[in-house]
Amino acid sequence: MTSTTYPPAAAPESDLRRRGLRLGDIFFKGIAIAAAAAATALLVLIAYKVLRLAWPAIQEFGLSFVWTNAWDPVKEQFGALIFIYGTVVTSLIALAIATPLSIAIALFLTEIAPRKVAAPIATMVELLAAIPSVVLGLWGILVFGPWVRDHLEPWLKDVLGFLPVFSGAPSQAGILPAALVLTIMIIPITSAICRELFIRVPKDLTDGALALGSTRWESIRGVMLAYAAPGIVAAVLLGLGRAFGEAIAVNQTIGNHNAIPTSWFEPGDSLGSKIASEYVGATSLQQASSILYLAAILMVISLVTNVVAQLVVVRFERARRGV
Amino acid sequence: MSVTPTTVDPYDITVRSNGLRRRRLSEKVFGILAFLSALLACGILAVVLSTLIYKGFSQLSLDFFTKARPLYGEKGGIADALVGTALIVGMAMVMAIPVAVLVAIYMAEYAGPRVSRGLRIVLDVLNGVPAIVVGVFVFGLLVVGHGQSAVYGAFALAILMLPMVSRATQEILEVVPQSLRHASLALGVTKWRTTWNIILPAAIGGILTGVVIAVARVAGETAPLLFTSSIAANEISLDVHGALPTLPVSIYVNSESPDPSEQAAGWAAALVLIAFVLVMNILAKTFAGRKRRQLEGS
Repeated sequence: MTSTTYPPAAAPESDLRRRGLRLGDIFFKGIAIAAAAAATALLVLIAYKVLRLAWPAIQEFGLSFVWTNAWDPVKEQFGALIFIYGTVVTSLIALAIATPLSIAIALFLTEIAPRKVAAPIATMVELLAAIPSVVLGLWGILVFGPWVRDHLEPWLKDVLGFLPVFSGAPSQAGILPAALVLTIMIIPITSAICRELFIRVPKDLTDGALALGSTRWESIRGVMLAYAAPGIVAAVLLGLGRAFGEAIAVNQTIGNHNAIPTSWFEPGDSLGSKIASEYVGATSLQQASSILYLAAILMVISLVTNVVAQLVVVRFERARRGV
Repeated sequence: MSVTPTTVDPYDITVRSNGLRRRRLSEKVFGILAFLSALLACGILAVVLSTLIYKGFSQLSLDFFTKARPLYGEKGGIADALVGTALIVGMAMVMAIPVAVLVAIYMAEYAGPRVSRGLRIVLDVLNGVPAIVVGVFVFGLLVVGHGQSAVYGAFALAILMLPMVSRATQEILEVVPQSLRHASLALGVTKWRTTWNIILPAAIGGILTGVVIAVARVAGETAPLLFTSSIAANEISLDVHGALPTLPVSIYVNSESPDPSEQAAGWAAALVLIAFVLVMNILAKTFAGRKRRQLEGS
C-alpha cells in the first residue's frame, strides 16, 4: 500500500525506520508487561516466602499452635491464641464503633452539609487518615491512654460494670485504648469509601423516594443505604483488614501482656504488635521461628479479608453495570 | 427497600400529621447525629494536632535539626533520623516509581479489561498486606544472613509504595481523553511514543499527586523498618549498606521510654513528621483537584 506513495529509493530506509519503531513498540510493551508480571509475582512471593519462613515453626508446633493459649519462652510453650484474641477483639470493637460513625460522616458530607461546609470537613477527615500510626500511637500511650484510665473506664464501669469485659481496675494501656486508637485509624478509610458510594447512588432513585412522600432520612435509609449496602460491606472489610494488620499503634497502646485478659481494661497483645515488639531479638531465623508463625497467621487473615473485600467490590460493580 | 404503599386516605390530614411528626423528629435526630459524628472526627484531628504542637513545639530549635540523637544526658536532636528517613524514602522512590508507572501503563494502555481488572485486584490486595508482614518478608528474604541495611528498608517501603502509585497513575491515565491518543496515532506516531510523549505528560500532574501521597504515607511507616533498618548508631551517616536511624523508628522507641526527656524528644520528632506529612497531603490535594479539572475540561 505504501509502495505506491513513496519513491522506491526511499523505501529501504523508511522500512528500516518503521521496523525500528516497531521494535520500540515491542520493547516498551515488553517492559510494561514485565513490570505488571513482577507486581503479581511480588504478591505471590510475599505469600510464599512468609509461609516458607514459618514452615519450621509450623512443623515444630503443628496446627494446634493456632489455638494454644500460652506464650512462655522459658518452658518453650508457644501458641497464637492470645494474640489472635487481641487482634480480633480490638479490631471488632473498632469496627463496631467506626462503622456507624463512618456511615454517618459520609451521609453528612454527601446529603446534609452544604458544599462549602462539606469540603473542609472532608479534607480534615482525610488528614486524619494521613497521621502516621506511630504518631497516633505516641498520642495514644501518653495522652489518650491516661484519659481513658481516668475518665472513660471508670464511667464504663459505673454504667456497664455488670459485664465482665467492663470490670477490673482501669489501666492506661489495654484492649480498650488500643481498640479506640484503631477506631480513629479506620474511620477515615471507611467513611471515604462510603462517601464515594453515596455520591454514585443515582439521583433518580432518591428523588423517586422523596416524590413518593418519604422524608429525607427515609429515602436515605430505604433507598441509598440499600443500594450501597454491598459497597458498605466492602468498605467495612477494608477497614477491618487495616485494623487486623496495624502493628505499631496497637503495640504502643495495648500493654503487651502475654495472656488473654478477661476485662477489656486489662492489657493484652495482638499479632502485629507481638511481631513488632520482637524486632530487637530477631537476628536469626531460629530465634524468630514462633514469631514467623504469628506473621504467617496475620498474613493469611489479612489476605483473606482483603480478597473477600475485593470480590464483594467486583460483584457489586458487575451488578451495578447490569442495572 | 421500597416504600410500602399506603392504604390511608391521602387527604385525611389527622392521620398523616400524626405520623409526620414522628418522621420529622427522626429526620432531625438523624441530622444531628450525622453532624456530631463529623464533628467528632474533626475534633480528634484537632486534639491530636494541638497536643503535638503543645508538647513538641518548645523542643524545636536549630540544634534539634542539626545534631544527632543524644547519648546519655546530653541534649541532642534528630538530624541522624532526618538524614536516614530522607535516604531510605528517596531510595524507595527510585525503586518503586518506575515499576509502578509501567504497571499502570500496561493496565491502562495495553491490557484488556479482564487482565486490567485482575491486576487492579492484585494491586489492591498487595496494598492490603500489613506493613509488618512486608517487614518480616524482607527480613526473611534479605536481612537474614546479610544484616540490617537502609537499602533493605527502602525495598520494604518500595513494596508499600508500588500499589499506591500504580493505582493513582492508572486512574489518571484513564481520564486522559481518548482523542489525544487517536490524534497522535492518526499522525503515524507509534504507540509507545504516543504513551511516552503525549499521554504521560498529560497525566504527569496526577502521577505526581499519587507519588506525593505515597511518599507522605511511607515516610511515617515504622513497621517495615523495624526488621530492616532499626538497630543503628547515634550518628549522622550516609552509609546505606548499614542500618540507618529513621524518624518513625525513633518516635516509636521514644514513645515506649519511661524517661520524660525522651518522651519530649518523641513529641518534637512526631511534630516534625506530621508537619511534613500534612503539608505533602494538602499540596497533593490542591494540586490534584486543579489538574483533574484541567484534564476533564480538555
